[in-house]
Amino acid sequence: MKKSNLASSQTKSRQKTPVKKKLLLILLGGLVGFLNGFFGGGGGMLCVPTLEKCLGLDNKRAHATAIAVIFPLSLISCAIYIFKGSIQSLPLLSVGLGVLVGGVAGSIALKYIPSKTLRIIFAVIMLVGGLRLII
Amino acid sequence: MNIFLQILFGVLGGFFGGLGMGGGTLLIPLLTIFLHFDQQLSQGINLLTFLFMAVFSLYIHSKNNLIVTKNIFWIILGGVIFAAIGAFLATVLPSMILRKCFGVFLSLLAVVEFIKAVKKQKA
Repeated sequence: MKKSNLASSQTKSRQKTPVKKKLLLILLGGLVGFLNGFFGGGGGMLCVPTLEKCLGLDNKRAHATAIAVIFPLSLISCAIYIFKGSIQSLPLLSVGLGVLVGGVAGSIALKYIPSKTLRIIFAVIMLVGGLRLII
Repeated sequence: MNIFLQILFGVLGGFFGGLGMGGGTLLIPLLTIFLHFDQQLSQGINLLTFLFMAVFSLYIHSKNNLIVTKNIFWIILGGVIFAAIGAFLATVLPSMILRKCFGVFLSLLAVVEFIKAVKKQKA
């Protein structure tokens, strides 16, 4: 019963969270929020390890929980982008349609694709893209 | 042609997002580099499509009991404040400057991802 279906470190869930830890979580959350708002994404890259290391979640739960954390942050950031007139509706519709199709395909493919190779390919694409944007 | 590319890039970004690898980090540079979108437009579109897709993901993840709520309040508390500040800064900066900042961020993420991927391969 103690273990139920939670991560191992979660068995201590009855204990109160110390103030120090709360402050650390607020600080890391602030960094996730800032990066995600300033760059319009990518907050998960910091949020997932934060959830793993500070709250002891396993990888799967950290990924799922990160979406729940980033959702309200993105909502606020997005509202500001809209009010500031940064988003136009036409490209939004076509790109959005693509994301919907790709997102469904990706979540199905998740079971079949070897993640190690894909991760390395992904990293290379990111690096090329990053450098191209700087130059 | 542009509409076709917009949909194609959306599919690519969404695909990697669905794999849980951060689709936005792919979608944003594709839109900015190849379609010459303003950096702010690419980022805004990514935020909106994320919100849309997240509704489905959260529904499925919560059904599978994968979302842990204990202590995430504190992360969200700090997060929403700085999410507003970050977004505000992004919308007031010139597009070219934001684009270069994003490029640096992306390159750093790439290095981190690469190290993680190699580590995983050894384990």
